[in-house]
Amino acid sequence: MKRKAIFSAAWLVAAAIASSTAALAQGVIKVGVLHSLSGTMAISETTLKDTVLMMIDEQNKKGGLLGKKIVPVVVDPASNWPLFAEKAAELLEKDKVAVVFGCWTSVSRKSVLPVFEKDDGLLFYPVQYEGEESSKNVIYTGAAPNQQAIPAVDYLMKEVGVKRWVLEGTDYVYPRTTNKILEAYLKLKGVKSEDISINYTPFGYSDWQSRVAAIKRFGSAGKKTAVVSTINGDANVPFYKELGNQKISAEDIPVVAFSVGEEELSGVDTKPLVGHLAAWNYFESINTPANKAFINRWHAFIKNPKRTTNDPMEATYIGFNLWVKAVEKAHSTDSEKVIAALPGLETPNLTGGIAKVLPNHHITKPVYIGEIKADGQFNVVWKSPGEVAGDAWSDYLPGSKDIEADWVKLKCGNYNTVTKKCSGQNYK
Amino acid sequence: MTKFLPRGGQRLLPLLLALGSLIPIRAQAPAQSSSDASFLATLGQLREATYDQKPAIIEALNHSGHPSVRAVLTALLEDRLYYRNSDQKIFIVKMADADPLSLIDPLTLKPAGTASSDSMTQIGTNNALRSVLRMAVARFALSSPDASVRLDAVREMLRSLDGPTVALLRERAAVEKNSAVKQEIETGLALAALDSSDPQTRLQAIATLKHSLSQDVRNRLELLLAKNPDGSFSESDANVRRAAAGAVASIDRWRSFYSDIQTLFFGLSLGSVLVLIAIGLAITFGVMGVINMAHGELMMLGAYTTYVVQLAMPQHIGISVLVAIPAAFLVAGAVGVLMERTIIQHLYGRPLETLLATFGVSLILQQAVRSIFSALNRSVVTPDWMSGSLRLNDALTITYNRLYIVIFALIVFSLILLVLKRTRIGLDIRAVSQNRAMARAMGIRSKWVDAMTFGLGSGVAGVAGVALSQLTNVGPDLGQSYIIDSFLVVVFGGVGNLWGSLIGGMSMGIVNNLLEPYAGAVLAKIFVLVALILFIQVRPRGLFPQKGRAAEDK
Repeated sequence: MKRKAIFSAAWLVAAAIASSTAALAQGVIKVGVLHSLSGTMAISETTLKDTVLMMIDEQNKKGGLLGKKIVPVVVDPASNWPLFAEKAAELLEKDKVAVVFGCWTSVSRKSVLPVFEKDDGLLFYPVQYEGEESSKNVIYTGAAPNQQAIPAVDYLMKEVGVKRWVLEGTDYVYPRTTNKILEAYLKLKGVKSEDISINYTPFGYSDWQSRVAAIKRFGSAGKKTAVVSTINGDANVPFYKELGNQKISAEDIPVVAFSVGEEELSGVDTKPLVGHLAAWNYFESINTPANKAFINRWHAFIKNPKRTTNDPMEATYIGFNLWVKAVEKAHSTDSEKVIAALPGLETPNLTGGIAKVLPNHHITKPVYIGEIKADGQFNVVWKSPGEVAGDAWSDYLPGSKDIEADWVKLKCGNYNTVTKKCSGQNYK
Repeated sequence: MTKFLPRGGQRLLPLLLALGSLIPIRAQAPAQSSSDASFLATLGQLREATYDQKPAIIEALNHSGHPSVRAVLTALLEDRLYYRNSDQKIFIVKMADADPLSLIDPLTLKPAGTASSDSMTQIGTNNALRSVLRMAVARFALSSPDASVRLDAVREMLRSLDGPTVALLRERAAVEKNSAVKQEIETGLALAALDSSDPQTRLQAIATLKHSLSQDVRNRLELLLAKNPDGSFSESDANVRRAAAGAVASIDRWRSFYSDIQTLFFGLSLGSVLVLIAIGLAITFGVMGVINMAHGELMMLGAYTTYVVQLAMPQHIGISVLVAIPAAFLVAGAVGVLMERTIIQHLYGRPLETLLATFGVSLILQQAVRSIFSALNRSVVTPDWMSGSLRLNDALTITYNRLYIVIFALIVFSLILLVLKRTRIGLDIRAVSQNRAMARAMGIRSKWVDAMTFGLGSGVAGVAGVALSQLTNVGPDLGQSYIIDSFLVVVFGGVGNLWGSLIGGMSMGIVNNLLEPYAGAVLAKIFVLVALILFIQVRPRGLFPQKGRAAEDK
């Protein structure tokens, strides 16, 4: 009890200092930022923290939200998955934030999910992921597999004529689930099992010589071969280097990656990588007025004209704008009301399209395939005809084919259309 | 001199075959200077064209027979074709990433001033277009005076053989002097002869191809053995089929032989990385008995030194790696001496405290690097002479960076051995490590020797870091991913024995690579670890235990 009193006293002092010019503590809206600022994921996640801060800053300059100032509450879960849950509880229960923007890896999202569901919070999750999930308390602004992996495979199959597939991934939940979906999809399209090779390597793997030699052997059977890479993080650099050294060019065996973007390439010598592909819903090189303005604002905010923008940043941007619209529509920051207001809301994305929140808490996104250029940017070689609606439950896995997520009519994230039963929110 | 063949990509093949009958194979010499305007007009279409339309434009350029076709297509292939935003005029630039760009006129191929890179737009290519371009450029390269360029050109042309290509190759075969190029051309002609209607010609072709090691040749021969959907053989002549089956078996045999050699090399190269990272530890841990948890961070310092040296001499990336070797030795060695003087010397004989203290130092070093260079990985450029691979034959290529690292590891190992066995400081080190009290009694300054020994071990760790910077990511966590491996090698090889570290590291590398194709990277590593644990149970002192009284003190 006493401790709580000290806490709240300390908070009052802190808030008073923070909002010395603004009004009282209840005159602000608190927004939680749950991204790792240290540890292995800091490289990627720090950028997203800065993006949220930039969006809050801009919103405040426009006069805040509902006449109140937005105050960020930044915590550091330090790339430590259990700590994500603790920090989420701290944000929701102690700081009583209206909304949280955060998480990168799937395992961190799985870790905070029970907390958000128990405390009825609201999380905007900005990273492409493996799907097979739809929570009432999460809005997924990153791509589901049908908005990234499946279109990329379709592109290689139809436009490049690929007949043989290497699914190369880092050994954890996202690559394993994605590859399971892709394998089922390829088989459905008539690819034989002997034309699919699946392999996993540990995090941070660097001795790629025998794997790349094996890929080369697999690819020399006379059929056009491609590598679908879900290799995560910095293991990509030695992988691409080895590809270059063993003279596997993108023209012979193209590699399409789902986790390699502008940020990841910024520390790499990209000349040997030219022509390899990446599938995303946004590229920095896409030339639209909205994107140009965003990049300029980002450079001004971060005070470094060399910083790149990337896909999860756009997803964060979309998520923040959607939340602002939902709060304005609900005239409240109460998460229950905001969640109810979200489905159906629309906001422009940075590439000239519209992001619309769907009843399954995913959004509509365009799909782009880009080839890596020598300067580390992407040259868009394919674009989906319109926006693709995110599908929470893959249609290609036997277990999830019949499952539907709908938080408007069915009020369920895991509704089995065959047995007509709702079995919670998570895929078991 | 100029032998143009009007041709673009594979998808234009039917068109070409039709055209081939209309126009002579040997295209007109560059007499049509009047066609400058039409050449420029065609070139101009590249500005607006989609990727689907560009191959046809390249085709048209190739047809034009204009003297600068080769330069323009090469520039497009190398991303050096731009247009000026103000007047839409197309230029070749000398270097794509320079600013300002130095322009070259696409017609006269003479310098045409400079322009800022903002005022120019690059004409993009994609994978499909680049392979069309590569094929087009290969035709020009066939008459290059440089044999290796010709060889690459022939190999490029072998990838899609058709009427005009075969005619060109046949023409070249008559005048080709270089044996390697000639052999490659003969392979190409034999491949083409497999389509002949005369079984005798086909048999002859198979006899030629039997000695090839190329997977493409093998795949082509295997097609002769395939059956049609109706059950009949696609190759009607039984003799030809028998010869083809024999040739496929022979190629397979040789290829699997070379693939075993390659696996062995992969093992050696992984092994030499292990030796490099362990050899410094073999000195500090093996000879001095200090459990140095900061060993990995000393390697990281070496890798960052490489990065800084490259920053300091951006014009000489080629030799920067060589400069970085002594620099990394000095930096890491100095840090090592500092560590020894300030911390470790107070903790001799207390392994647990040493372990904790050096672990603390490793965290400090990591954070220092994070503060100075940021937590992001730094990109260390691989010099040209270390990129690419040495192609011994069609079945065996060895990447240069791995080759140099094997050699480098052996050199470092020999030097250390030389220092320890043949120099005064080496004698002192051995004396102190064997019997400190006696060595002091003989007038050896044991404290100074301790510092130097630790400095030597740390410096070698820094040198290993230079090698690692060429293989993996240079970041604050670099050291952590190698520290376990280096301890493993030293313990496996036998504490205090340099030869043990060499044999231990190499054999661990080879076993790992032999297992990897069957078990996968994760399991292979686990198998090696389990085998090591079992081995240590049987021989707790490793492969080459120290013998005699000195061993008992440790």
